[in-house]
Amino acid sequence: MPPDVATLVALLSAPDTAEHLDEAAWSRVIAVARNANLLGKLAARLDAANRLPPGNPSRHLVGALMLSRRQRQSVTWEAVQIDDALADLNIPVVLLKGAAYAMARHASADGRLFGDIDILVPRASLDQVEMHLMVSGWTAIKQDAYDQRYYRQWMHEIPPMMHVRRGTVIDVHHTILPLTARYRPNPERIFDAAIPLPGYRCMMTPSPEDLIVHSCCHLVHEGEVDNALRDMHDIACLLESNTGSGDFLHRLAAAASDHDLSEPVALALRLVNRFFPDACTMEQLEPFGAKRWERAHNALLRRYMRAIHPSSEGSIPLGTAIARQLVYVRAHRLRMPMGMLTRHLARKAWMHLTESPKTDARME
Amino acid sequence: MLDTIIRIPPFNVRVQSSFPEVRSHLDRFYEGFARLSSDAFVDFDVQLLPGKGVRRLWRKQVRFQVDSQTPFLPLPADQAAPLLEWGLNWTIASRSLGYLVLHAAVLARHDRAVILPGFPGAGKSTLCASLCHLRDWQLFSDELAIVRPDDGRLVAHPRPISLKNQSIDLVSAFPGASLGPLFHDTRKGTVAHAAAPKSSVAQAEATAQAGWIVFPTFRQDAPASVDEISRAEAFMLIQQQSFNQERMGDVGFETLCALLTQSRCYRIEYGSTEDGLNAIQQIVESTP
Repeated sequence: MPPDVATLVALLSAPDTAEHLDEAAWSRVIAVARNANLLGKLAARLDAANRLPPGNPSRHLVGALMLSRRQRQSVTWEAVQIDDALADLNIPVVLLKGAAYAMARHASADGRLFGDIDILVPRASLDQVEMHLMVSGWTAIKQDAYDQRYYRQWMHEIPPMMHVRRGTVIDVHHTILPLTARYRPNPERIFDAAIPLPGYRCMMTPSPEDLIVHSCCHLVHEGEVDNALRDMHDIACLLESNTGSGDFLHRLAAAASDHDLSEPVALALRLVNRFFPDACTMEQLEPFGAKRWERAHNALLRRYMRAIHPSSEGSIPLGTAIARQLVYVRAHRLRMPMGMLTRHLARKAWMHLTESPKTDARME
Repeated sequence: MLDTIIRIPPFNVRVQSSFPEVRSHLDRFYEGFARLSSDAFVDFDVQLLPGKGVRRLWRKQVRFQVDSQTPFLPLPADQAAPLLEWGLNWTIASRSLGYLVLHAAVLARHDRAVILPGFPGAGKSTLCASLCHLRDWQLFSDELAIVRPDDGRLVAHPRPISLKNQSIDLVSAFPGASLGPLFHDTRKGTVAHAAAPKSSVAQAEATAQAGWIVFPTFRQDAPASVDEISRAEAFMLIQQQSFNQERMGDVGFETLCALLTQSRCYRIEYGSTEDGLNAIQQIVESTP
């Protein structure tokens, strides 16, 4: 683990270590945390422990806290709007990932920055959900015919929709892994175990077990490691706040097995163990049958450890770059069969070459 | 290879670059700013790097990078110095640093500041340059009003004034003005920088209380006018010039309210430098 990443991880687990950091160390940790999308979470952790540093570094942390508080308000407002838009359908609407942590008030949401809102709805209701969202002001962002077909035929979600006035983006899922993936999780289980959100008509949050299973499978199936450290910290927080309750780990293992996801969950938890050993010890991984994949996972862990490198430097080491590429390809192979993958990546590469450039340097 | 940490209050900025233009830009415009040792805290780690890819073979380019992010497309290599200035503006405006940041020029005198929000064509930079060169106003910033939420005070950030097109000739004639090279064909037309007055740089760690918010409109040879407007109207106008008030949530809203509570608000229209200066003077003198 690169030294600055180790410092960041130590601060997240034991905020008291902040005492020993000098100004130069703070600059590096703040830059690494920002790149890993963890600045707000770091700030929340330090703030809760009364360990915010004095002077210049604190501005970055306090600023990130303000942003995360604002985003949390905005997530809540979106949940109200989505509840209004979909309540008449009489279906369960389950929030996933960040929005679920925030609305269920899990510790993993403290200081977290949020992107799009993810919801899970029954597949049979997809058309109606899409229509109701459109009536309430959301419209599809990806108009391209290839993208539309890619999502609708192969993916676990419909193309993302953006609200015309608020500009917020919603991802509507009908299961938690692509239809083409090697594993077949069971969305029915998530609906059955979901917990209604008080004060809302159709909004629910997944059970803690399902939240962790989803986070784990996201961690190892998402080909980009940019948010890997953040996702691992989410999982660590969720584990820490639940392991107190008796046989939680056995229930988690049962959920993973019901979803046909024991293997990715075992891998993800071993990864979490490497960075946050207090959140899950190796002995606790017993119920997941981690032994069965031990050798294959050892090799994969090494690759992930190299790839997860939220460097504050401009260029990343070659070993890291190669490891990232391998993680990306592996994730996609888990998401779709080889032939389909080749066609998809070729198509994406072509679209990337022909698309128009991004933004320019103007201020006004 | 240049690698230095400069105290540009209220930030510590590390600049790394292989472009000689960047070095001479810093020598010329940031001479009076402290250089910090390598163990100082760094707010922004900025790099100006040569362009990547095959284009570099026939056209040299410069990329702006901050903390390993590359927020915009590269520019022709000869625009490295203006890119540093634009990139810094972007970074300060887009980073969540707990400051409210508005697009406005700020000048101070006797602990009271005048804020000139920057609608396009308002003549903000020219008026700002004339106030600090022809009258004894201290330059806080010609582009970014930085407000501290704890006490609602404005924080000085006296970087070079960025001048465009016709205003370059006008300002270069001001006594004490020191302009750098011209950059032609940028996205803003021809651009040049004017050094912040030495006295302003010497007091670069200053703060001031907001006194006046003035929305200027320049129209060549138009008759001068000064109209006081309500704080509610000023709030609506200045909110459009805020980069991050929305992202700061309640704190942003309250900071903006505090700024308006301290201030009297005006619209001015002027057709010459003289009229602009007189309008500001009239506003300041009418306040007890």
